[in-house]
Amino acid sequence: MTTLDFSTRFPEGVVADEREGYEGYIIAADKLVEFATTLRDEYGYDYLSSVTGVDYIAEETFEVVYHAYKTIGGAELVFKVQVARDKAEVPSLTDVYPGADFQEREAWDLLGIKFTGHPDLRRILLWEGFNGHPLRKDWQEAYYEADIKPFKSRWPKPEYARAEARNPYGANVKYPEKFDPEKWVPEGEDALYGSLAKYETTDDDGLKTDHLTVNLGPQHPSTHGVFRIAAKLDGETILNLKPVMGYLHRNHEKIGERNTYLQNMPFTDRLDYLSSMSNNFGYALAVEKLIGIEVPERAEYIRVIMAELTRIQNHLFAIGMFLNDIGAFFTPSLYAIEERELVLDIFEMVSGSRMMCNYFRFGGLARDLPAGSLQKIKDLVFDRLPRKTDEMDRFLSENEILRSRCVGQGLLSAEDAIKYSAAGPVLRASGVPYDIRRAAPYSIYDRFDFNVALRYNGDIYDRYIIRLDEIRESIKILQQAVEQIPEGEIQTGKPRYQMKVPAGESYGRVEGPKGELGFYLVSDGKGNPYRYHVRAPSFINLTAFGPMCKGLKIADVVAVLGSIDIVLGETDR
Amino acid sequence: MENQGLNSPGYEIPEEVQGSVAITSIDRIYNWGRRSSVWPMMFGLACCAIEMIATAAGRYDFSRFGMEVMRPSPRQADLMLVSGTVTKKMAPTIVRLYNQMPEPKYVVAMGACASGGGPFKEGYNVVSGVDKLIPVDVYIPGCPPTPQALINGLIKLQEKIDGQSIKSVRWYQKGDLAAIPMPILGPDLIYQEQIPAIKEASKEA
Repeated sequence: MTTLDFSTRFPEGVVADEREGYEGYIIAADKLVEFATTLRDEYGYDYLSSVTGVDYIAEETFEVVYHAYKTIGGAELVFKVQVARDKAEVPSLTDVYPGADFQEREAWDLLGIKFTGHPDLRRILLWEGFNGHPLRKDWQEAYYEADIKPFKSRWPKPEYARAEARNPYGANVKYPEKFDPEKWVPEGEDALYGSLAKYETTDDDGLKTDHLTVNLGPQHPSTHGVFRIAAKLDGETILNLKPVMGYLHRNHEKIGERNTYLQNMPFTDRLDYLSSMSNNFGYALAVEKLIGIEVPERAEYIRVIMAELTRIQNHLFAIGMFLNDIGAFFTPSLYAIEERELVLDIFEMVSGSRMMCNYFRFGGLARDLPAGSLQKIKDLVFDRLPRKTDEMDRFLSENEILRSRCVGQGLLSAEDAIKYSAAGPVLRASGVPYDIRRAAPYSIYDRFDFNVALRYNGDIYDRYIIRLDEIRESIKILQQAVEQIPEGEIQTGKPRYQMKVPAGESYGRVEGPKGELGFYLVSDGKGNPYRYHVRAPSFINLTAFGPMCKGLKIADVVAVLGSIDIVLGETDR
Repeated sequence: MENQGLNSPGYEIPEEVQGSVAITSIDRIYNWGRRSSVWPMMFGLACCAIEMIATAAGRYDFSRFGMEVMRPSPRQADLMLVSGTVTKKMAPTIVRLYNQMPEPKYVVAMGACASGGGPFKEGYNVVSGVDKLIPVDVYIPGCPPTPQALINGLIKLQEKIDGQSIKSVRWYQKGDLAAIPMPILGPDLIYQEQIPAIKEASKEA
């Protein structure tokens, strides 16, 4: 936590947040833009990591919470704005931090907080016309049963009735009162296509040309899932492009606020479903910060080993799928998946599941490494993986077609990368050496000797090659970790189903394979989180996607998207 | 083994032509062709899609079952592998994709979410199973199902195809198959067949 004295610069409108367990500053809404500008230009907090809202229904207020960082490293600065619930309007920070764009739209969509001055305030995860703002505490879904789990109907004695049986339509639907479906006119896509703006050019002979709108997805083989793109073209050149998401919006946060703390652990697996171990890591850190619990030495090592193995298999998969996108159909993928399977074998050995590991616990791990697994990891990291990484490098990196498709395309400058809050490989391929493992070390990362992978051109090729660099650095960390790992406990105290979590807020973040994965938690001292928000790197990296594509040919869009490496489970949550 | 089943209709084939003549029933040879070349649509929804890709890759390799040709276009696919959570926002698209597939067509609900909503069932944007939208042939449990489970499900699908008859499958009856009405994105998802019920309820309110 950072403490700064703002009293001379802002004699009024900025006060420290003195609630028990909270930190940071509370800013008056009318001073917000000025404060953020000062913070960015004078104090060096140039990177806005997370924007989210909290519905404090008892106090009749909405609170918008911002987490800002310096890209030269250091702890976060938290600042908040409080507004009345019935007049929820906050000035938009998109002019100061363009990376706030999608996050403010998300807060509008799910909480109904209006950001005045936002250039394109539409719903982002749900569709235009949806009834209500679901993350408000007084909004109930069709299958609503009780505020918190475990539900009385299932605990202590099971009296299970299907949720469909309780609903008049036998399905997960609920309509406003007096709703007449025959008079309903779907809002359609006018708002989306309208936001692309009308373009018209006149060529040398005075001939006016209209521009073409192209829609790609949600069912398309190179969108890595159910992702949609709407683009405005002049010939084949992209003038404007908007990503459309929410086709996999699974209501992670609403369900998370009903679950107990531990029940959320398996749900985090399903965020970025390629890298469940890192997701576990981030969530465990956030809750441990709240409880103030230490993790035993051996567990820390196992955590780091698992997180780095996750990074390796994620990057392998990302490279394979990226090559798919640019036309090397499935051959590189098959090479990458072959290695990934070996890592999944280790995950299955330690956790029982290939993908959804659910392996971390607050203050430790679910179970110790089984016999033989450490030897398997050693074989992988000392022999097979370095060899195979070099092999992929040799086969792919100098390939003529790959280079001509990627070098110098889809540029993102270092300034823009910071501006758009890009994270992870996307940020580092643009020449910003920001890696949380170094910038604000968590767990035991400060003990290992490794370099922050860095590339300077910010083009598609660098975003590809930096993933190979990161695999090599991860192997380096793993080689040290498997040698140093001590014997001992893997859990502080007894493993418990229910944790006592004191009231307060916390923000735990890890350098996930896709970038900064953050968990913002608010506890009111009860058994389930009052607010549970995920800062999803895939989602926020997409803010830079539109600007990166401008001026490119339409065929390069899939290459740019592949180089960002999104996973829809995390983008849409 | 396959050919033996195909080639034993109960008639005696003279020994000298056994290498070049086969007698079988239309149903058998038709089903044998269908089940040995089921082309899945390249269509991934969520986590299960990753296991689907792993099943297609080298270690598990479902091309052994004649399924390696994944088609991104529904017009060239026989099988829709619904691999992941079906959300309301995606529901109209899924029904449209299904309607665009030519018959004979099959649907496999892969994983807990596609079968019944899974861990996300209570979510406000989640459809409780893809069978609320389109008919399903095989359900595969698991979250996500392992590649072995997926292959087992696909074998079950092949067994189902083996048991079908041209006389009774719904796509060879008289008349055209009606397209499934697409749900509408209203204040919540509106199933078209429920419109009268919703109207009734709004009058009472």
